[in-house]
Amino acid sequence: MNPAVHSRASERQLCTARVGDLLLGLDVLSIQEVQSSNDVTVIPQSAPAISGLINLRGQIATAIDLRVVFGVAPRPDSDLIQIVVRHRGEPVSLLVDEIGEVMTLNDEIFETPPETVDSLTRELVTGAYKLETELLLTLDVDRVIATSSPGAVSGQ
Amino acid sequence: MEDIDELLQEFLVESHELLDTLDESFVLLEENPSDSVVLGSIFRVMHTIKGTCGFLGFNNLEGLAHKAENLLSLLRDGSLSLSTAMTDALLATVDRIRRFLDVIEATQHDEGVETADLDARLVALAEGRPEPDAETSADAESPAESEPADDLPLPAIESADAGRVGDLLVEAGDTSRTAVEIAAAEQQFGDQRPIGEILVGQGDVGEAELAAALDLQGSADLQGSGRNAADSTIRVDVDLLDDLMTLVGELVLARNEVMQLVGVNPDGAFAVSAQRLNLITSELQERVMKTRMQPIGTVWGKLPRVVRDLAHQLGKQVRLEMEGKETELDKSLIEAIKDPLTHIVRNTVDHGIETPDQRRAAGKPTEGVLRLTAGHEGGQVNIEIRDDGAGIDLDRVRAKAVESGLVSVDFANAMSDAEAVQLVFMPGFSTAKQVTNVSGRGVGMDVVKTNIEKIGGSVEVRTSAGQGTTFKIKIPLTLAIIPALIVGCGGRRYAIPQINLVELVKVDNDERGRGIEYLHGAPVFRLRDRLLPVVDLRGRLGGSEPEGTDCDMVVLSAEDHRFGVLVDDIYETQEIVVKPLGQVVADAPMFSGATILGDGRVALIVDVMGLAQETRILSGGSDATALREGAAAASLSDVDAMKSLLLLSVGQGRRVAMALSDVARLEEFSASQLEMSAYRPVVQYRGEIMPLIDLAQDLGYGRAMAGDDGGPVNVVVYHHHGRDVGLLIDEVLDIVDEQVGSTGNGGTVVVSGRVTELFDPGALPSLAALDRELQLQEAQ
Repeated sequence: MNPAVHSRASERQLCTARVGDLLLGLDVLSIQEVQSSNDVTVIPQSAPAISGLINLRGQIATAIDLRVVFGVAPRPDSDLIQIVVRHRGEPVSLLVDEIGEVMTLNDEIFETPPETVDSLTRELVTGAYKLETELLLTLDVDRVIATSSPGAVSGQ
Repeated sequence: MEDIDELLQEFLVESHELLDTLDESFVLLEENPSDSVVLGSIFRVMHTIKGTCGFLGFNNLEGLAHKAENLLSLLRDGSLSLSTAMTDALLATVDRIRRFLDVIEATQHDEGVETADLDARLVALAEGRPEPDAETSADAESPAESEPADDLPLPAIESADAGRVGDLLVEAGDTSRTAVEIAAAEQQFGDQRPIGEILVGQGDVGEAELAAALDLQGSADLQGSGRNAADSTIRVDVDLLDDLMTLVGELVLARNEVMQLVGVNPDGAFAVSAQRLNLITSELQERVMKTRMQPIGTVWGKLPRVVRDLAHQLGKQVRLEMEGKETELDKSLIEAIKDPLTHIVRNTVDHGIETPDQRRAAGKPTEGVLRLTAGHEGGQVNIEIRDDGAGIDLDRVRAKAVESGLVSVDFANAMSDAEAVQLVFMPGFSTAKQVTNVSGRGVGMDVVKTNIEKIGGSVEVRTSAGQGTTFKIKIPLTLAIIPALIVGCGGRRYAIPQINLVELVKVDNDERGRGIEYLHGAPVFRLRDRLLPVVDLRGRLGGSEPEGTDCDMVVLSAEDHRFGVLVDDIYETQEIVVKPLGQVVADAPMFSGATILGDGRVALIVDVMGLAQETRILSGGSDATALREGAAAASLSDVDAMKSLLLLSVGQGRRVAMALSDVARLEEFSASQLEMSAYRPVVQYRGEIMPLIDLAQDLGYGRAMAGDDGGPVNVVVYHHHGRDVGLLIDEVLDIVDEQVGSTGNGGTVVVSGRVTELFDPGALPSLAALDRELQLQEAQ
């Protein structure tokens, strides 16, 4: 296949979300749903990034607070916006500040994480889309979950 | 192509099932070697396998099955009588066929399984006693398929099936019931012909009809099960049943939510509908759970063979009795108990039941009895494995446990028999004098226990010398939906599985101070004059730890240990649907899962075993014993008013005392266990190197003589900055209660009229030196 044709055809649809002043993007296809709820059951003695468990229409999902993951100041007590993704067959809910629009982006403006992004954040994203006003960081969900789970925490 | 795969799959599944039934049949057959019904069924199974193999082109397997079939046909028509050698050969054939099936499953070919030896054995056995009938078998040996119709000339079988051939013909409308009855009467009056042929002879039935009926009969027989079973059951994928169970679980949760809404507004049509929903949901839940239920007999079916083979191998006589085969439990549990159960049975035959000579000498019948019972009781299944063997030799258990370093001598001796017998469940334990290939390699009973506990069950063992041993296994009916007590802690709710629940206690922290007391810094509660270790869940679960107020206590049992858990509130008992914690948080040690409560909120399910381990109530047999011993000593005194002192003798007759609360354990080592490290004597203790401090020297009484005479060395184990330190002493004199003021070095107390130095182990000079060494080591 002609690589030029391929690259032109290669566009992604990303759902955007804000955590602190970061603009994050997740592949729309990886998202199961977005919901807002307040009912998180805390798991005592769990890792700090694990906010707890939520009831997702009869299924139990683990909630991970992206603010804690990205080292942003704690969230004021308000309704939690949750992006639910599937991770190895089970639902994982990512807590964000607000949910943005779905953007269709061309790979031509995509780059691997730039040096200007701090190292902690760079670990957790696969790259960045250079939007006109800011950078849209594409979230590496597997990395986020891995660094949040207790095993990874104890390895620090 | 897919069709062939499916066919193959079906063949494998069916053959495995058929072979499983064979194991049991052979054992039955040994008891009654001339049982033509059993022989017939074995023959048919072999025939089916042979036939299908031929169809699928597995010629090697077909050949083996064919030779087995020959032998069986000779047995069936009575030309040979069953010998042990034959049973062995036939059982070996069954095993070999299993191997074939495994190979076929992996490679889709039947190459590479050796059969020559078995072939020769089977042929030799079949020719062993050349009767006139051997001619017939020689015919059968020719490649021509022996169709069921070939069996026609064999009157024995045919008359056994006479009614059925008649029935089939009547059913097909080929003849009348009367005609069949007449034919049957003919047979009774000496007509040697099979009933079908009589009917043909009478002109009632045409040859073609008879052939069709026989075919039908043959195919029904070949399936190994009656037509009724085949027509009324279907195979369902277990995954589908799992999905159904999950969905029903969600329905139960939705029902709970609806019922909670009805609670708010209990009148009107809504309440009526909700009530119906409630009933239907309960019923559906029950039925769906039933689809996953299997009789425990499916696991037991393999045991007669296991027992038989093992008993033969060991030269023992064992009769296996089973009761409650039909007791049903969830499929996942059936799978989970399979191995533990087999292991216990093997162990029992190997260790429990004696050889015929020993039994005769003990005045027992030479045949040992191994009895399996199963039954339902209060939402759980009880399984009992009882033998009438020699029982477990508890002295040997103690000795062995000490020898393998599982417990110390003192603790082993202090143990009651009931406690000592539990030692067999400790990892690395085996009392077998010799390691046999059956058991005695020290792996097993602990795995049995862990596996049973993993599914929320428990196992206990009781034994009485000379009379036998009984294992009692308790397991829940199902894992998916369990009754649980909902408790509140720090504003959150938690579910505690009912199976672990013993009782609920209200704790009054009144002015009498009889609430929670502290022993060795650990909270305890006096429950009916026994000290119960207590865990404050309120602190554990991250909430605040309120002091001095009244609270509720839930008494739980994990293994054989009871402990209390302090909670803020006790709500109600509920059927909860167990959901696993996600992989992200799966290693939370104190929780086994989560559930969704009626109001839609998630509640964590407390893992009682995990909690006990986490809080070190259950950290190993000897620790638990130490705790109990400590508790027993303390219950003698009033912990609050008096101080318990351990009275020691050091430096040849000097009496010193230390606070009992500072004592972790008392140990006795043999002098040979003591080793010298760079700075001081050490001893290997609980997998670590424990430094020893010469107490007499430290207190300025000269050197202790401990161990110099090669005798036992007494040591007080003291916890110092999270590690064990041994204090060398001459002997422990007593435990006394005294009014004590200060506890610094140099303090003295009067104990039974004698002045005794009271020392603080934390202030010993050697400990400070030890600390410095450790710091140095760490710095390196």
